[in-house]
Amino acid sequence: MVKKFVERSYIALILIFLYAPIGILIVLSFNASKSRAKWGGFTFHWYQELFHNEAIMSALTTTLIIALSSAFIATVLGTAAAIAMNGMNKTPRTILMSITNIPMLNADIVTGISLMLVFVALKFTLGFTSVLLSHITFNIPYVILSVMPKLRQLNPHTFEAAQDLGASPLYAFFKVILPDIFPGVLSGFFLAFTMSLDDFVITHFTKGPEINTLSTKIYTEVRKGIKPEIYALSTIMFITVLLLLVLINRRGTEKKVPLRKV
Amino acid sequence: MNVLNKLTRHTENSERSLQNTHVNNVKWLSFPYIIWMSGFILVPLVLIIFYGLTNKENGFTFDNITLISDPINRQALFLALKLSLFSTAICLLLAYPLAIILNKTKMKSNSFIVLILILPMWMNFLLRTIAWQNILEKKGVINNILAFFHLPALNIINTPTAIILGMVYNFLPFMVLPIYNVLIKIDKDVVNAARDLGANNRQTFMKIIFPLSLPGVISGITMVFVPSLTTFVISTILGGSKIILIGNVIEQQFRLGNWHTGSGLSLVLMIFILFSMAILSKYDKESEGSNLW
Amino acid sequence: MTNNKLIDLVNISKSYGNNVVLDELNLYIRENEFLTLLGPSGCGKTTTLRIIGGFENPDKGQVIFEGNDITKLPPNVRQLNTVFQKYALFNHMTIAENIAFGLKIKRKSKAYIQDKINYALKLVNLDGFENRMPDSLSGGQQQRIAIARAIVNEPKVLLLDEPLGALDLKLRQDMQYELIRLKNELGITFIYVTHDQEEALTMSDTIVVMNQGYIQQIGTPEHIYNEPENAFVADFIGDSNIIASTMVEDKLVNILGANFPCVDVGFGRNIPVDVVIRPEDINLVKPEDGIIRGRVVSLLFKGVHYEMGVMAGDLEWLVHSTGLVPVGTEVGILVDPFNIQIMHKPESEDEQAAEIVE
Repeated sequence: MVKKFVERSYIALILIFLYAPIGILIVLSFNASKSRAKWGGFTFHWYQELFHNEAIMSALTTTLIIALSSAFIATVLGTAAAIAMNGMNKTPRTILMSITNIPMLNADIVTGISLMLVFVALKFTLGFTSVLLSHITFNIPYVILSVMPKLRQLNPHTFEAAQDLGASPLYAFFKVILPDIFPGVLSGFFLAFTMSLDDFVITHFTKGPEINTLSTKIYTEVRKGIKPEIYALSTIMFITVLLLLVLINRRGTEKKVPLRKV
Repeated sequence: MNVLNKLTRHTENSERSLQNTHVNNVKWLSFPYIIWMSGFILVPLVLIIFYGLTNKENGFTFDNITLISDPINRQALFLALKLSLFSTAICLLLAYPLAIILNKTKMKSNSFIVLILILPMWMNFLLRTIAWQNILEKKGVINNILAFFHLPALNIINTPTAIILGMVYNFLPFMVLPIYNVLIKIDKDVVNAARDLGANNRQTFMKIIFPLSLPGVISGITMVFVPSLTTFVISTILGGSKIILIGNVIEQQFRLGNWHTGSGLSLVLMIFILFSMAILSKYDKESEGSNLW
Repeated sequence: MTNNKLIDLVNISKSYGNNVVLDELNLYIRENEFLTLLGPSGCGKTTTLRIIGGFENPDKGQVIFEGNDITKLPPNVRQLNTVFQKYALFNHMTIAENIAFGLKIKRKSKAYIQDKINYALKLVNLDGFENRMPDSLSGGQQQRIAIARAIVNEPKVLLLDEPLGALDLKLRQDMQYELIRLKNELGITFIYVTHDQEEALTMSDTIVVMNQGYIQQIGTPEHIYNEPENAFVADFIGDSNIIASTMVEDKLVNILGANFPCVDVGFGRNIPVDVVIRPEDINLVKPEDGIIRGRVVSLLFKGVHYEMGVMAGDLEWLVHSTGLVPVGTEVGILVDPFNIQIMHKPESEDEQAAEIVE
């Protein structure tokens, strides 16, 4: 009994540790005072203000567009690559997988810098496109690693069976392979989307002066003080995701939830 | 594990048959990715090596690398190494018991546990780190609580301790998840077999559970150590302007336009990263990174 | 086999939530016995084994080992060893380290351990495998190592949990002989869990047939096969025709309207019973020579015999015969009296429930 109590308390402590800052941010979003340091009473003001703040709204739009499109393109490229790699011999596959692992294991700062150097070397103006390309690059590995296990579980003969029954390879792919690996593809997409949304370092180095994502916008405000509207926006995003996940879990979809270093 | 090996063997056989029948149809699917990878993974690495080993006139030089021995840079590197080793150790000490407890709860909703550890990531990580300012600062949450109990105030903000705390906070899930994922895969009967053969709890842990969980531990260490070592955000937010880590130095060099210097210092950093990656791949051959989630 | 009780399970009950796995189970195991727990999955056989091994605690009841109550004893101090279903070898250790594991914990000398490793590897015919890793071995070899790892500790009892389940048929048959040989060489008690009736019949001294947490029958293989006590056992052990019938009087049973002479007495007059007739015990004769008439409706060649379906008295009888009778042939059915096994209809609800499941 005592042991169980100690164990429960330990989990609780860790959870408090992980969620306390989030609680504070949510509280701050209702703080009437502009200063982070003192409580000025409860207000919804920042939530109304948020939608009139063009800088934040444009950063939000940029963030979402980049997250969605980079996740989508990475999912298409990554799924195709995973299928091809699955059919390869061990040696080429191992080589490709090692290279795929580089952006995941490498430090974000090095990845960001090296990508920036490429864009500059190609005389490519840093901006929306360079950020998008960078995000696709670090997203692909997550898609491949989500899809690969599903491909390995796949019975290779179903594809043959479909063709044996007269399906063209393309038709067989869409009717037989894709439905089987779809959970992996989907979780790859969400993983990529999350990573893109949460990225700061790589965006910081590849964005140029013209655009901002939410992360880089927040970074510019670190010294002078965060605008309370940002707390409001983050609270909305966090609660939305929370509700979505609760809904998905309610429906009993066993989805592997993604993870990555920040 | 046994079964796992069989499975891999099995899939390898299946792959062979898959390959025989339609490999020619699918091989081209990897071409876009291979081109992409070359352009955006390999070429950038080559470029950073090139910049690191040249000066502004494109002449070959080791100067950018040797700049690491400059007192400021050296201190920044040593401090970053010290803080990241500390935070990695703390993460490991916190995460291993947690992973064991989570594994014991037998919660079949495996995804729920993962979810709870990942969910904080949906709050922007800069903001979450900034929130720690609120908790740690002079009139922050912790000191308010301490004052309530008439205890002396703590001065944590803008110290290396605050940075370690920020690192542990941000990267703890990346230590817990790989260890947890390895622990749940350990065959319960392997543990039972050890008990059956006379091992007590401590012996079972030391000789069976811990060695078998090593791949997860190694993978966790890498996933905490590398981002801790190279961060400049956490030190900026929680360390004030006086504490400079190697990440800050490199970021500053690029902000000032000294790309060659910045690249050279990055190369030094990469040596440490490569070192930990080499260790990782040694212990983690077959899983191809799948331990990460 | 001696008559000394080595292990005595007294009133063992175990449930998981609302699911009762074992209900008041009583069973003893004698010294030097090869005892098999046989039954379909979920019958409680593995739970019984795990309770003996110490991996599960019973909710009620006692485990007595050599006269001492060991119910609460953890597995690491019990004088018995287990061979696990999927071998459960330590994959991060060499074969020698696997085998030495238990001995090192008991702080045996290096020389003793080395002797034991050599002896055990020889015993399981895997000399020279000391330095291999478990995952470089085939399933059958891993199985042998799992056995070697257990027996070097000189347990009084070896518990085997479906140890051959993961092997293919040929290997399984080889390993059956191997296990019998090992048992004879070691002279210790084996408690063996399987759902494979053939394995049970081949190897055991005693078979315990279980279903739904209850023991259905205990006996020698011959006894269980020839005289199943109820329809479940009859159905589970080998193929059989189980027919609801009426005991007309001593030594006469009415099966589907025809009176068959049998050897059973003492059931009373006009009592409903179940009759078990093994397919190989049915003789097909000319229609006029049989007790009941029928027609062959199906025919399969099975290698050693033909398997036929014979429609007689509105029931399809399963018949094994070395002689071929073409489909459509009118035949008579004849059964030797001593090949008709009469069983009481199940009485309690529990038993009935137990039967419905399979």
